[in-house]
Amino acid sequence: MTPVFFLLFALMAVVGATMVVLQRNPVVSALYLVLVFMSLGGFFVLLAAPFLAAVQVVVYAGAIMVLFLFVIMLLNLQKDVDDGLHHAARRLFGWLLGIVIAAQAALLLRAPWALGPRGKEPPELVHALGNTQVIGLRLFGDYLWPFEVTSLVLLVGVIGAVVLSLRRGAPAGIEDAP
Amino acid sequence: MDWSFGLSPDAAWLVWTIIKTLVLIGGVLGVLPIMIWGERKVAGHVQFRPGPNRVGPFGLLQPAADVLKLVFKEDVVPVGANRVLFFLAPILALVPAFVVLTVIPIGPQFVVTDVNVGLLVFFAMSSLGVYAITLAGWAGNNKYGLMGGLRSSAQMISYELAMGLSVIGVILLTGSLSLVDIVKAQQGLLLGFLPKWFIFYQPIGFIAFVVAMLAETNRAPFDLPEAEGELVAGYHVEYSSMKFAAFFMGEYANMIAISCVCTVLFLGGWHGPWLPPVWGGIIWFVAKVSVLQVFFLFVRWTLPRLRYDQLMNLGWKILLPLTLANALVTAIAVALREGWLG
Repeated sequence: MTPVFFLLFALMAVVGATMVVLQRNPVVSALYLVLVFMSLGGFFVLLAAPFLAAVQVVVYAGAIMVLFLFVIMLLNLQKDVDDGLHHAARRLFGWLLGIVIAAQAALLLRAPWALGPRGKEPPELVHALGNTQVIGLRLFGDYLWPFEVTSLVLLVGVIGAVVLSLRRGAPAGIEDAP
Repeated sequence: MDWSFGLSPDAAWLVWTIIKTLVLIGGVLGVLPIMIWGERKVAGHVQFRPGPNRVGPFGLLQPAADVLKLVFKEDVVPVGANRVLFFLAPILALVPAFVVLTVIPIGPQFVVTDVNVGLLVFFAMSSLGVYAITLAGWAGNNKYGLMGGLRSSAQMISYELAMGLSVIGVILLTGSLSLVDIVKAQQGLLLGFLPKWFIFYQPIGFIAFVVAMLAETNRAPFDLPEAEGELVAGYHVEYSSMKFAAFFMGEYANMIAISCVCTVLFLGGWHGPWLPPVWGGIIWFVAKVSVLQVFFLFVRWTLPRLRYDQLMNLGWKILLPLTLANALVTAIAVALREGWLG
């Protein structure tokens, strides 16, 4: 059963990713990106990582892409397209970047596929403790400091967003506060 | 008895899962007309009028008449609409609710799939529900629709946070994200007479969940996305015929799904006295979900709609800190009980 589902999700991911680039309407592009994220979630299920699968959908498809969609719907993107770089220049950059990425992919595909370093927990332990529990133990044990630093970075982002949104249309008094 | 009928294990599993899913979806679709009738009856009696009473006994056939009316209405698509997305949005409104129902343990023996991250599946699907409304509002190319869609995205994102935080207490007490495990943890009695349901351990979590639940389903007093008085009908203003019916069904299916989750998390799921566990469990579960449905109806016809700023204040300045504090206190209590702080 697994190969069938793998092929299904792989097809969804590849077609979806291609359509993200090919669609002219940015809202439709964003929705194809949601499809790609959903199929990535499917891959995680096939890899017996249900927690990651659910989080993939909650965070990327459910939270981040909704905000993307929000911004795309509210901004006048056509104006940015008209005001930005010249069309020929943009096409040149596109080709250059495409060649760089293709070269990278060729290099990666030439080397034999190597598995990454194995985790400390053998599959039996993960199965006994539960996928979510093992991720929690590693995240809040071995990786506690990186985790806390990440949350600090996110906090900075939140404060930045509040400051930026207060600058415009704020009630008098707040605007001039140091 | 062998339930596989000579099929390979994979195939048998697939067939059984499909059958169970169809039974569940059929059951919920069968309940929807009764809920719509109930809503109209409750609305009628709250406003001192009889409600539908012409079609069939007690107006029970009124939903059938409504469905016929909707089927035979013209299906209008606005000229400036994005046809594909306009068609996709009502489907998206309906599907997540049914996906959530597949992880709900209705009885000790009846759950379609016991996913070990069942609670996260619910949150994943409820966060996908935003797309239906946002896209419906945008694809119709109508300013009222767009306003309704944007309001609803803002509302649902805000209240999803509070909802997620309100259940952390339950997860801490159970130590599992599986909905079956959460129900199993609520077996037994508390102090000898109270059922050991999490509503008694987590009263604040329960209240926050119920408020967020009303907001997530866009029901009154949080029905700002459709606010007839200001936005005509909000996100589904351009929809007619069966596409409108899909949104209508989606709202009720979402109410059922979210009440099921609330029952599982706080009201002890299938647990209840007197009845034999296997079939009695299903009866208890359905009874608890029905009580929550009636609660939904009474709230809608009792409370006035909130203003937009009141809605945001309630979500961000009251519910969020409250649920955060609740999670913190629960975490400390669990840590003390397990002796992790000693």
